[in-house]
Amino acid sequence: MAAVTNMTNLTAKPMRRIPYLEILRIIILIALGALFVLPFLWMVSTSFKETGQAYRFPPEFIPQPFTIKNYLNLWGGPIPFDRFYINTIIIVILSEIGTLTSCTLVAYSFARLKWWGRDVWFVVLLATMMLPFQVVMIPVYIIFRQLGWLDTLLPLVVPTFFGNPFYIFLLRQFFLGIPRDLEDAARVDGAGTFRILWQIFLPLSKPVLLTVAMFTFVGHWNDFLGPLLYLSSVDNMTISVGLAMFQGRGGSNWPALMSAATLATVPILIIFTLFQKYFVKGIVLTGMKG
Amino acid sequence: MSSGLQTYNTTTALQPAAPVPRWQQAIRKNLPGYLFAAPWLIGFFVFTLGPFIASLVLSLQQWDMLTPMKYVGLRNFERMLQDNLFWQSLRVTLMYTVFAVPLQLAMALLLAVLVNGQGAVKLFFRAVFFLPSVTAGVAVAVLWRWLFNPEFGLINFLLDQINIVGPPWLSSPYWALPAVIVMSLWGVGSTMLIYLASLQAIPDYLYEAAEIDGASVVDKFRFITLPMMSSTIFFTLVIGIIGSFQIFTQIYILTNGGPENATLFYVLYLYQKAFRGFEMGLASAMAWVLFLIVLALTLIQLKLAGRWVYYEAEEA
Repeated sequence: MAAVTNMTNLTAKPMRRIPYLEILRIIILIALGALFVLPFLWMVSTSFKETGQAYRFPPEFIPQPFTIKNYLNLWGGPIPFDRFYINTIIIVILSEIGTLTSCTLVAYSFARLKWWGRDVWFVVLLATMMLPFQVVMIPVYIIFRQLGWLDTLLPLVVPTFFGNPFYIFLLRQFFLGIPRDLEDAARVDGAGTFRILWQIFLPLSKPVLLTVAMFTFVGHWNDFLGPLLYLSSVDNMTISVGLAMFQGRGGSNWPALMSAATLATVPILIIFTLFQKYFVKGIVLTGMKG
Repeated sequence: MSSGLQTYNTTTALQPAAPVPRWQQAIRKNLPGYLFAAPWLIGFFVFTLGPFIASLVLSLQQWDMLTPMKYVGLRNFERMLQDNLFWQSLRVTLMYTVFAVPLQLAMALLLAVLVNGQGAVKLFFRAVFFLPSVTAGVAVAVLWRWLFNPEFGLINFLLDQINIVGPPWLSSPYWALPAVIVMSLWGVGSTMLIYLASLQAIPDYLYEAAEIDGASVVDKFRFITLPMMSSTIFFTLVIGIIGSFQIFTQIYILTNGGPENATLFYVLYLYQKAFRGFEMGLASAMAWVLFLIVLALTLIQLKLAGRWVYYEAEEA
């Protein structure tokens, strides 16, 4: 009886009613979508305006005249954005190397190697995920000060070679899913632990490695507290502290500030467009904020 | 046990060609694991455990990083409790938590429900909503300062379109915190993704069964979607509260704690005490209070998660 009603329902479905809900959903989507995109459009639009046009009410969206002066002024000026860019790129590349090597090794150890105390250490690793950096910020700062590393890139790069609990967790979970047979076969053929990791695990783990690489990129590109603590001379600054200093000094030259903000965001926009699905995976698997 | 150890020692002494001693076997068995985990193990001691203990020690000292440390016992904690600005920073952070976190979760849930399902349109909007949470940082905070500009900013222009006179936002002690909350709603994309994954994990047959019983859309949301997502929502709630105790970058750029300390968030005040006032002892005491707050929240999450929250596995 129930099956029969169900069947009639199914066949009746296509012509049952106008999908009001679907229409409502699309309308809300478009409205909210516009609100989410608008700030970006406004940023880019302001960045191409002359100062005079930016201070006009009601605001005009199309820059007129259209000027790239604001961008040109950022290069080699008193606030050297080109330096900030190079510094940030160096930090990001070195952090990628540090994070990917250290986290892969440690995750492999937690996933596949047997050692005394491993499971206890894994719980410790999980616990450190909850510890805010701000709790240990002052002693860590003092360490780098004692080492004489202040105002260099070292305090921002060296810690990445000691692993990151989130990424270690993410990689370990992925490694656990790789079939043991592959490994056993390689071991029979005489492959050592390191070769197994290099030739079997890494090629199979490209998606999760990309996820980690993307998060590392965004994390270090956006990082503000670290550079703020450790960097002091203008020539060593990253984009984030440079931009903060720029807005402090430049007061309210909004077209100039917006062109700097646009330059700071564009690399992330590109990376995001190319690798969106790897970000999504990372967030869903760890519950971590972007 | 001890006699066994004795014999084993004598045998190795008498017969050098004997099988590999047990301690060597143990090393051989454990060494690769420790070596591979060494980066994190070393990092844990140097950058986490060491500083963690050091921070407790520092909290009992008076130290400006120039003159020698002086042990002051619990004086730093006493001073902290008598400091109006400390209480102000706690009040600001809690106000933000109470208003912003529930709004963020509701917004994220709304977005997740809207983009749930198949099709290019929904994929497109997923990207649109997710993007701002990836770009978060100084640039975005600078952008929002411009958006909140009382005279020429986009927000007050939009409000003007619907005949509302926009407030002075960041320059007003009343409107600065609401402005920060509004801005935070723009960054809920990652929470939306967590909810989306959780939505997609709800089995279809539950909805189908409810439809047969004549459940409306609202019923289905209230009696299927929400209960099935409760563990995820609870998790994001706790993460959100912990997150609001770590807010720094946005505030540093938007208001630097002002006007009239209306947006003096906890970590911003901690930073000011440490790196502007050079009161390392007092700041360390504040860091420890922060740790205790986060610890308490984490324990609550672990304890209550099982009790309040519906897990599918329990029912099966």
